[in-house]
Amino acid sequence: MDERPHIEIQNLSVWYGDQRALKDISVVFPARGITAVIGPSGCGKTTLLRSINRLLETSGDVRISGRILLDGADIYAPGVDVTEIRTRVGLLASKPFPLPMSIYDNVLYGPRIHGLCRRDNADDIVERYLRAADLWEEVRERLQTPAHALSTGQQQRLCLARALAVEPEVLLCDEPTAALDPISAQRIEDLLRGLKRHMTIVLVTHILRQARRLADYVVFLWLGELVEAGPAEQVFNNPLSERTRAYLMGDIG
Amino acid sequence: MKRLRRLEEHVFRFLMWLSLLIVLGSLVLIVGTMLWRGLPSLSLAMLTQVPKGGYYLGEEGGILNAIVGSLCLAGGATALALLFSLPVAIYLHGYAGRSRTAHLIRLAMDVLWGVPSIVYGAFGFIIMFWLGLRASLLGGIIALACLELPIMVRGMDEALGTVPSALREASYALGATRFETTLKVLLRQAVAGLLTAVLLAFGRGIGDAASVLFTAGYTDRLPDSLFRPVASLPLAVFFQLATPFPAVQQRAYAAGLVLTVIVLAISVMARWLSRRLTRHVVR
Repeated sequence: MDERPHIEIQNLSVWYGDQRALKDISVVFPARGITAVIGPSGCGKTTLLRSINRLLETSGDVRISGRILLDGADIYAPGVDVTEIRTRVGLLASKPFPLPMSIYDNVLYGPRIHGLCRRDNADDIVERYLRAADLWEEVRERLQTPAHALSTGQQQRLCLARALAVEPEVLLCDEPTAALDPISAQRIEDLLRGLKRHMTIVLVTHILRQARRLADYVVFLWLGELVEAGPAEQVFNNPLSERTRAYLMGDIG
Repeated sequence: MKRLRRLEEHVFRFLMWLSLLIVLGSLVLIVGTMLWRGLPSLSLAMLTQVPKGGYYLGEEGGILNAIVGSLCLAGGATALALLFSLPVAIYLHGYAGRSRTAHLIRLAMDVLWGVPSIVYGAFGFIIMFWLGLRASLLGGIIALACLELPIMVRGMDEALGTVPSALREASYALGATRFETTLKVLLRQAVAGLLTAVLLAFGRGIGDAASVLFTAGYTDRLPDSLFRPVASLPLAVFFQLATPFPAVQQRAYAAGLVLTVIVLAISVMARWLSRRLTRHVVR
């Protein structure tokens, strides 16, 4: 794992209406590797995640203060192109939502928007990213069928392929296995393990076992506050905070 | 106590059945009456000829002028209303969100929906007066479009509202703009509902008599110009029913039957089309 910070969050606070969901969070996400954000439901994990690709502001009455630096540049600075941020920071949501089009067009949706897709390389793009998401062999004969006809597990891998197709440097995963059966979940975990070698992955999960299996680095949130952050080894085996220890032991949360 | 609750259950079930019976019964009665009174006088001549001299006294001729006229009126009005209502509906969903503006627009549309069609007719008449237009196809199209607009906007509003926000976010998360998301995801996903809204508006438009009474006028000729009066089926029904001759009155039912069949045919067509278009829709 590279120690250079890829994402640096400084004094981030988020309010939904009058309710404060995140309180003055400052934390660093190192480049490459998987950083797991753990904590009980409603502690602000997803809010933190959605602030990193600026998806938070699409949901109405939200106020955000603080800075988030991506490679040293504040993504909330005035004049920043939101679509560029969202292209660099991909998202794998908790429930797969294929776009209302064919498998083929789902993969190409991003590349087409960003002008990366020409007539002569479209097929290659589709194959490359479906392979990257370990879906190619299952769908190569039916690329033109509607994406929603796939199983939930396949849909989630399609969503991964779709996200990878715009070549993001960061991948945000919001409980990506929550809707999946254990075998499909396993495949997603294996894929993330492979992807972390060349991209920064932020994984929100409330499954501690999953965090233990995958995380290189752990961030623990409790009721909108940052309790502890550090290398997985340290947080899991030798937490600094008493609250972290209690959560990991299953006493709270 | 227990018996009372069971009785309650029976009474409510009975009331629901009764309501269902009344609703279905009136539908059967309406269609039945039209078939019974209209079918005997429905002939090929009626569908293929314009009224000849003395048609309204029971002589030869047909209502082709009204059939073509109504299709032109409602078709034109639906196209015109679509031109304005689709952007409004998209604005409501892609841009305005749950803001005060959006709330006001919805309120305005609900009010417009409730306005009686004769008012649209009168309103259209004033507009035409200002523009120096006489009763004409164009005038009828404008008045009908006003009538159809709120129906279409609200229908589309409902249709777009059923698109899950996570689907929209999936598109945003890939770096798509609002416009791209609207065009490539929102409209595709909602296409069946949008089509239904258009159809509903068309049905309302083609069946409306009051708003075209002053604005489109009536004529025995086929429509040939936007600036000339044009006949319509609802008025054909009205004028024929108003005559004292039973034979002509019978033809009014036949005209009503034609009108119903047109609406039905378009509805079936739209269903077929929407099934083809929704192959990819996420359920």
